[in-house]
Amino acid sequence: MIAFVVIAVIVLAAASVAMCLRNLVHSVLLLVGCWAGIAAFYLWAGAEFVAFAQLLVYVGAVSMLSLFAVLLTRRSFHDLDIAPESVTRATWALLTAGAVAGVLVGTILGSPLGKVADSAPPVSVRQLGEELAGPQVAGLLVVGVILTVALLGGVVIAAQDKEGKQ
Amino acid sequence: MNPLQLCLVLSALLFSVGLGAALSRSHAILVLLGVELMLNAANLNFIAFWRYGPPTAPADGILFVIFSIAVAAAEAAVGLALVIAIYRHQKNIRLQEASKLKG
Repeated sequence: MIAFVVIAVIVLAAASVAMCLRNLVHSVLLLVGCWAGIAAFYLWAGAEFVAFAQLLVYVGAVSMLSLFAVLLTRRSFHDLDIAPESVTRATWALLTAGAVAGVLVGTILGSPLGKVADSAPPVSVRQLGEELAGPQVAGLLVVGVILTVALLGGVVIAAQDKEGKQ
Repeated sequence: MNPLQLCLVLSALLFSVGLGAALSRSHAILVLLGVELMLNAANLNFIAFWRYGPPTAPADGILFVIFSIAVAAAEAAVGLALVIAIYRHQKNIRLQEASKLKG
């Protein structure tokens, strides 16, 4: 349980500080810490496969993608800080997020969730593979198609012609 | 408070941080990262219910999260490509100024 509290504090602190900073590179690097903390939570909960998928996809790929986007969209070499937001907008956003958090936490604490299991259900990687190749094969194929279409779409949207036109 | 509720509270707080970021920041990349945080909070819920719920179909929670991570990766790729396209047209990625779809 101590491990869970440590992980939760790291994840929440990294996420909230990252969303308040004005330097985008620092934000993205802190979010990498947050995603690594979430992978640690998956390990703590006993879902090793998901933990490594999270490390590969978020800590490895999405972080690099975000860093590249940050570095490609600045106007000059030192232009990494962004202008502060308007106070009204930030106040309303904080109020809304706080209200949503209050409603969610109140509902969770007020719900009778019943008895919880003592140990994680035993799932081996072999079992996952058999599920993915057997009953869930349609979902796997659809995910493959989605990833291919997203890759092509990303290239088409971000690509540039030689004449400088879109 | 039992452990399932603790995990759900962590996920709810992470979701709210992501929501606050997506609503308050006007920089397109930060809004996308806020959406990613909300998706991660949903995945935390899947794993929490898989870990502490009744073990009827043991692999289902993990499969849900795997599919969800794959779709989130596709969403991030397309979103950041859109950010770069908007930047090329307008030299700026503040969302208030990106109000035209035609370049």
